[in-house]
Amino acid sequence: MIHSLFIINPSGDVFLEKHWRSVIPRSVCDYYLEAQRASPNDVPPVLAAPHHYLISIQRGGVALVAVSKQEVAPLFVIEFLHRVVDTFQDYFSDCTETIIKENYVVVYELLDEMLDNGFPLATESNILKELIKPPNILRTIANTVTGKSNVSSILPSGQLSNVPWRRSGVKYANNEAYFDVIEEVDAIIDKSGATVSAEIQGYIDCCIKLSGMPDLTLTFVNPRLFDDVSFHPCVRFKRWESERILSFIPPDGNFRLMSYHIGSQSVVAIPIYVRHNLTLRNNGDQGRLDLTVGPKQTMGRTLENVALEICMPKCVLNCSLTANQGKYSYDPVSKVLLWDIGRIELPKLPNIRGSVSVASGADTSGANPSINVHFTIPQLAVSGLRVSRLDMYGAKYKPFKGVKYVTKAGKFHVRM
Amino acid sequence: MTDSKYFTTTKKGEIFELKSELNSDKKEKKKEAVKKVIASMTVGKDVSALFPDVVNCMQTDNLELKKLVYLYLMNYAKSQPDMAIMAVNTFVKDLPTYQLVKDCEDSNPLIRALAVRTMGCIRVDKITEYLCEPLRKCLKDEDPYVRKTAAVCVAKLYDISPSMVEDQGFLDQLKDLLSDSNPMVVANAVAALSEINEASVSGHPLVEMNAPTINKLLTALNECTEWGQVFILDALSNYSPRDAREAHSVCERITPRLAHANAAVVLSAVKVLMKLMEMLSDETELVGTLSRKLAPPLVTLLSAEPEVQYVALRNINLVVQKRPDILKHEMKVFFVKYNDPIYVKLEKLDIMIRLASQANIAQVLGELKEYATEVDVDFVRKAVRAIGRCAIKVEPSAERCVSTLLELIQTKVNYVVQEAIVVIKDIFRKYPNKYESIISTLCENLDTLDEPEARASMVWIVGEYAERIDNADELLDSFLEGFHDENAQVQLQLLTAVVKLFLKRPADTQELVQHVLSLATQDSDNPDLRDRGFIYWRLLSTDPAAAKEVVLADKPLISEETDLLEPTLLDELICHISSLASVYHKPPTAFVEGRGAGVRKSLPARGTVSEDTQPQLQTVIPNQESLIGDLLSMDIGGPPAPAAPAAPASNLDLLAGGLDVLLGGPEPAATATTATGSATGLLGDIFGAVPPASYVPPKQCWLPADKGKGLEIWGTFTRQNGQMRMEMTFTNKAMQAMSGFAIQLNKNSFGVFPGGALAVGALAPGAAADAPLALAAAGPVQRMDPLNNLQVAVKNNIDVFYFACLIPAHILFTEDGQLDKRVFLTTWKEIPAANEVQHTISNVLGTADSIAQKMTLNNIFTIAKRNVEGQDMLYQSLKLTNNIWVLLELKLQPGNPEATLSLKSRTVEVATCIFQAYEAIIKS
Repeated sequence: MIHSLFIINPSGDVFLEKHWRSVIPRSVCDYYLEAQRASPNDVPPVLAAPHHYLISIQRGGVALVAVSKQEVAPLFVIEFLHRVVDTFQDYFSDCTETIIKENYVVVYELLDEMLDNGFPLATESNILKELIKPPNILRTIANTVTGKSNVSSILPSGQLSNVPWRRSGVKYANNEAYFDVIEEVDAIIDKSGATVSAEIQGYIDCCIKLSGMPDLTLTFVNPRLFDDVSFHPCVRFKRWESERILSFIPPDGNFRLMSYHIGSQSVVAIPIYVRHNLTLRNNGDQGRLDLTVGPKQTMGRTLENVALEICMPKCVLNCSLTANQGKYSYDPVSKVLLWDIGRIELPKLPNIRGSVSVASGADTSGANPSINVHFTIPQLAVSGLRVSRLDMYGAKYKPFKGVKYVTKAGKFHVRM
Repeated sequence: MTDSKYFTTTKKGEIFELKSELNSDKKEKKKEAVKKVIASMTVGKDVSALFPDVVNCMQTDNLELKKLVYLYLMNYAKSQPDMAIMAVNTFVKDLPTYQLVKDCEDSNPLIRALAVRTMGCIRVDKITEYLCEPLRKCLKDEDPYVRKTAAVCVAKLYDISPSMVEDQGFLDQLKDLLSDSNPMVVANAVAALSEINEASVSGHPLVEMNAPTINKLLTALNECTEWGQVFILDALSNYSPRDAREAHSVCERITPRLAHANAAVVLSAVKVLMKLMEMLSDETELVGTLSRKLAPPLVTLLSAEPEVQYVALRNINLVVQKRPDILKHEMKVFFVKYNDPIYVKLEKLDIMIRLASQANIAQVLGELKEYATEVDVDFVRKAVRAIGRCAIKVEPSAERCVSTLLELIQTKVNYVVQEAIVVIKDIFRKYPNKYESIISTLCENLDTLDEPEARASMVWIVGEYAERIDNADELLDSFLEGFHDENAQVQLQLLTAVVKLFLKRPADTQELVQHVLSLATQDSDNPDLRDRGFIYWRLLSTDPAAAKEVVLADKPLISEETDLLEPTLLDELICHISSLASVYHKPPTAFVEGRGAGVRKSLPARGTVSEDTQPQLQTVIPNQESLIGDLLSMDIGGPPAPAAPAAPASNLDLLAGGLDVLLGGPEPAATATTATGSATGLLGDIFGAVPPASYVPPKQCWLPADKGKGLEIWGTFTRQNGQMRMEMTFTNKAMQAMSGFAIQLNKNSFGVFPGGALAVGALAPGAAADAPLALAAAGPVQRMDPLNNLQVAVKNNIDVFYFACLIPAHILFTEDGQLDKRVFLTTWKEIPAANEVQHTISNVLGTADSIAQKMTLNNIFTIAKRNVEGQDMLYQSLKLTNNIWVLLELKLQPGNPEATLSLKSRTVEVATCIFQAYEAIIKS
């Protein structure tokens, strides 16, 4: 189980420690810091110190290092740490050193509420929010005036109910239920434009503001699409197994209802192509770069927020390019070329070309950069997934319902 | 208004300021002051001086203030368990206790739970006693929230005082909570029990799971929180269902967990399923269904955060080794993305090699080639090695792999070339006489090699194919110039390579071989090198024909998957999926019965784990580090037997001795028992006079006088009337008296430790004394190699001496090793065929009956005897002191001196030592 937690800032200072069992001296973090010095961006998540195990995650510029003395499931710890950061973000809208420092007491109270003796106690945000009210200016002023505190003195109702994720007595004037179907395309495209691997990571995020205890059923047109699904605990798995519908009593507010994975069995449509030509040696010391981007299999939708990111080989000193659309920048230190294209309006295809200056005499062989592609396609779920209907039981009012689809690039690489 | 205001200090001194604020009359001010105290505590400032003042604030009905004070209390109760500060005066000491006990009775469940939580953190015995009563009440509280908090408190209390928890009956109360109506309470009770089991002093689980409990847990599983599900699944993984039907039903109830959003739940479910699948026969439909269902969630874990990916990949590595079918179609998801963290890249690569097969090799090779041109050096190296592994694993692809490697060598990127040469050496070994045409290309790169491994590999290639390389002598000669600056690995290779060259082309290389032999034997400090030099020298000078047979012997074939984990270790690790053990691929230290009931989970060996923190160190290509050992055994290990008789008798001893030293192999018990020599014979007579009930191997010299500074120890092991003994004879061959004898045994596989002190007084010069030592077998366990190895330290007034001996397995056979006929039959069937080992014993004398009788005297019980087609079959069982059951079938044919022995056990590692024991007993 988790014995202690240390939060470390980028310069290697431990600025928060919390112990759930006996105190472990913070010097144990040296093992982490050592690993961090060795490879700043690639610290292995599980480290062994002589008497402890350090399991860490890095998010938002801070590192959370959990220390355990015994055998423990590392994923359990990692999941928990991510949950801690999620909670902080939920409470303080961000998780940075400054914000944590500004809210030390609430952070400390939260950590104490989330874990007891190393066992998770309450991690559901709605329960936590009932126990410890998130700070906001209005409440702080009100508390000072009325002498009330931001710690609740009654046991949250959700803590032990069969639906721990939902608090009771929710009331809204406007009852709304919105669903966002977000699909991220992860792909590797090789030099010749052929797809090496492609998969879709999809999510259904909800924003549900419904009074009472609504029982919802979400039906898909084509539920057989999914290779793998994982659900929020509220989803009744039995009904999914037998009828392929999502039946659930939703938590209040924003949450991720489901995530799914498509790819290994079905063919994934690739909505964009990049034609690229990079020559580093071109008679003189100038190389040439020519890139064209265009839509492909987008089912009539427009590509938006298109951006290309290329990590150039070390020998490239600078680039002087002209783009017919968007802006480009090249950072000679990190060697990253960024071309921000924006929306692709047919029939004009965005193109960028120009010369690349290469360090003279540098070795140009064996350096194959990769293009990292970003894009979004609104109103399209590239897998073809469609929600057919949403039904509500257990409440009398008529809610306002909405489904939005969007496709984005996940880890989308084009090899050059 | 933020908390940073709490850090502003004033000139008067913070502590002073806070003290006065804490004692203020105004509630609001008090609260602010406590908050300041907490804030200081968070950053690690010492505010213990304020203890009395803070504790004073405890009597309040303001919940936030109460919580803050409790936070403070818990923190200091942990950091200063002696509570020096608590003892300031009695009032202060009693106050928290009083208040806590009072709060345990509060009408608000939140306060009751808070009090019971805080209580568990106060690690002072006196106070703990006070808290037993309230805890007992809270365990039966009407509010489940209080009950679930109290369950955790029992685990806390166990940490402080295990005896108190056992004496006060808290364990039983905890067990009762397993059937609580609230799933969250059940989950916490399970978590607390698991932790107590793990920490249990005796090493045995305090609470065993039975079918009804499991049923309750399975019900709770569906309803409790995600963390509770992890606890319950982990507890389920320690349970072994009675039969396949039960396993089947458990599997079905767990499968839905694979669709959970929490990765920890998914992986814990994978663990239980992988374990239970073992119980189902492979043909059943369910195994197929499960295999199909396991793949997608494992793949999905790879789209999570990189940390999750890493842990998932380490576990997938185990799954792929155990059941390659599950992910065989999922190769693509393991393709590396260029911005994956390096630790993820290396793991993915590892799994890619494991999944490589003829069907997907083209794709894999294309990818590997791509990776070999990346920027990260470690990754590129591993990719190059992976190409070599593919060549060895998928034979039809070897040609393409070799040409890919050649292309990579053409890039002239230094580290790529070096890695390529290392793997090409392996390819040569796997496919002899096939790709040697590329040697010339390799030789072109000779000058650029600067890493010992690559140099050693190149030297090996030159030596091995000396007859095809015209200028082999020149090449090797150029290496010899800097002989002493080379790494030991390279030096050894050079020595062997030059000898090979000489044997192949004796005419023009005599000078060279003499040069290298003198370099190795005269100018080197490295004993390995010197010994090998001497052996070669002696071989070459006495019998060149034998030398040829030895040095140019056929090499054992290189296996396809040398990087696989040992099957038993793999099985054990499968039981530990999702735990740290699975990330490190190290077994829990203890040598425990396979995966029977109550597998104890413990940490991987501490000392060795740290080296393995970098994942790239372990795994993959086999003979990198073992290169020396490998070649050694290849050159001399195999054939010395035929070679030796050819050599003149005078050299035989030296050679044999040298080989033993070099090979460092253990002296097997078999040779020991048949050892001749006057001393053994004499001692044997003593025993011969009164035939012992059980077989006693003759005494062996454990510590020769020249190593023991005059102390000589002969010894053997016996078992009589259920008592294991070490029978030793100490002889003082020194000129001075010895005294103050003491003995210690290192941790060993069977947990054998001295059951008493050593009864040897002073020993005058020339005197000898018998030193029996009773042994017990429940001590600390550490896996040894060979399994029955025992390291002993004997101390006297002169020095401490260390030696190792082998425990004959039969002394570990317990008296209660007789199985019921039916149980024997079912157990035999239950143990998978993979756990069966066969062994042939030659020169067996006596009839089946006399053998059975002999066996019974040694606690090997004959369950049944049958005559099948003229063969006598004896079915026997035995049990080791560490509760490992071994079932045996002995096949005897009258008139045939060879007997076949088949052994089945859940822990087959013990087979070797049991076979040795069998041979010894049968021949006694």
